[in-house]
Amino acid sequence: MLESVLVANRGEIARRVIRTVRAMGIRAIAVYSDADAGLPFVREADEAVLLGPAPPARSYLDIDAVIGAARQAGASAIHPGYGFLAENPAFAARVLAEGLTWIGPPPSAIEQMGDKISARNLMERAGVPVAAGTREPVTDAAAAVAEAGRIGYPVMVKAAAGGGGIGMAAAANPAELRAGFETARSRAERFFGNPAILLERYIEHARHVEIQILGLNDGSVIALGERDCSVQRRHQKVAEETPSPGITPELRDRMQAAAIRAGQAVGYRGAGTVECLVDTAAHDFVFLEMNTRLQVEHPVTELVTGIDLVEQQILIADGRPVSFDPLAITFGGHALELRVYAEDPRRFLPSPGMITDWAEPAGPGIRVDAGYAAGNEVTTFYDPLLAKLCVHRASRAEALGLAAEAVSAFVITGPKTNLPFLAELLASGEFASGDYDTSLIARLRPTPGAQRQ
Amino acid sequence: MAEIRAEMVANVWKVVAAEGQQVHDGDTLVILESMKMEIPVLAESDGTLTKLAVAEGDVIQEGDLIAIIG
Repeated sequence: MLESVLVANRGEIARRVIRTVRAMGIRAIAVYSDADAGLPFVREADEAVLLGPAPPARSYLDIDAVIGAARQAGASAIHPGYGFLAENPAFAARVLAEGLTWIGPPPSAIEQMGDKISARNLMERAGVPVAAGTREPVTDAAAAVAEAGRIGYPVMVKAAAGGGGIGMAAAANPAELRAGFETARSRAERFFGNPAILLERYIEHARHVEIQILGLNDGSVIALGERDCSVQRRHQKVAEETPSPGITPELRDRMQAAAIRAGQAVGYRGAGTVECLVDTAAHDFVFLEMNTRLQVEHPVTELVTGIDLVEQQILIADGRPVSFDPLAITFGGHALELRVYAEDPRRFLPSPGMITDWAEPAGPGIRVDAGYAAGNEVTTFYDPLLAKLCVHRASRAEALGLAAEAVSAFVITGPKTNLPFLAELLASGEFASGDYDTSLIARLRPTPGAQRQ
Repeated sequence: MAEIRAEMVANVWKVVAAEGQQVHDGDTLVILESMKMEIPVLAESDGTLTKLAVAEGDVIQEGDLIAIIG
């Protein structure tokens, strides 16, 4: 049994991981930057170590600082959360080289899935459906236009090393493609230090549906159902639900089988997510990417399965069996997650500031994973996620009803939040019908001029 | 004369335009960065950029002057 776990993250996910670590009787160690000293996750850990100043490069992304904190606190394992160092194979390898337990997949699996071009090629060989696209990096705009001629418009331009929607653009013709290519390449270079670009056939009217997998210590890979993450702004998720209202049981079975093949192809261990695009017209899907970590929206899967995914991550990393019978997984009811962001609800522009009042909704079927409390300051240094409001009810209609009550009961003053937008989303006929796709928010909020990402 | 002011707290990541330059409605003047997001600040009219009040690396508050187009 692990003696202690250092959580190399911040905010709501650090707090959520610390909760399970402590519930398992394991010592929880937090690390934090100067800007986060007053946040709940620091207080709730058994021990907390200051990493450095607020900029991520000097704290949460500083591998030497994190390893130094682990030594100082005598940590036996490191949980990376999501973002920051979670999908950095060099960090995972370093943790192992230091003789610590890495609560994540093998570094080789992170590396193979980290480059979107190599991941696509690998998945194609493993029999996982992929969209028509490029098998080699596209080096200039002229080559991109030639490739798009072969693939067919519209195409999506993506950074091979990308994530979080950064460096992505859809193009319907060569002029848009040239512009999108240059933007994507400069962003790829700046954000990921890797200018490699790929093109993929863009599916209009697609849903974004992902499969949760767990790689077990006997080498088997199991699937824990799907999450529908089609409610997005700037290619970033705002609401997620399970089961998806847009797929049939037959399609779910095929997607789960493909996700298991994807995990097996890279010798996966621990929790991972295979993201797919579902073509709603064709009732078919393609592989998008695999996230080799715990996902932000993992709570909806936990709510319908009753399985604590962080607990399974820790058990698997410790070489032990999972806490449930993999052959007897059951799914009950409908779960919905709403991401509460510090941003204005009209244009979704960031809104940092001091939180003067904070009151969370509570009650049967409501779960709130929050990173902040009254008196905390939301700074410009990190992403705008304040909290995840999750609900679980027997049916989708009941879940939506409870979510609307919970949104109106959630009080946050200080920074502007998207709570009014979430209320609007729940009241929209399109979302309520379940028949929506990734352009839902664009329809609710026709593009403001100053918001091109 | 049109004043362009900051809509939020942000860091000035990149200054794209220069004082004295002719700009057109929709041109990017400055790119701000906040909470892992780039926010371009655009000209809202045609004219001359008579004042550019920010420099790369500045931290600006909501309401701060960014530029004046004359």
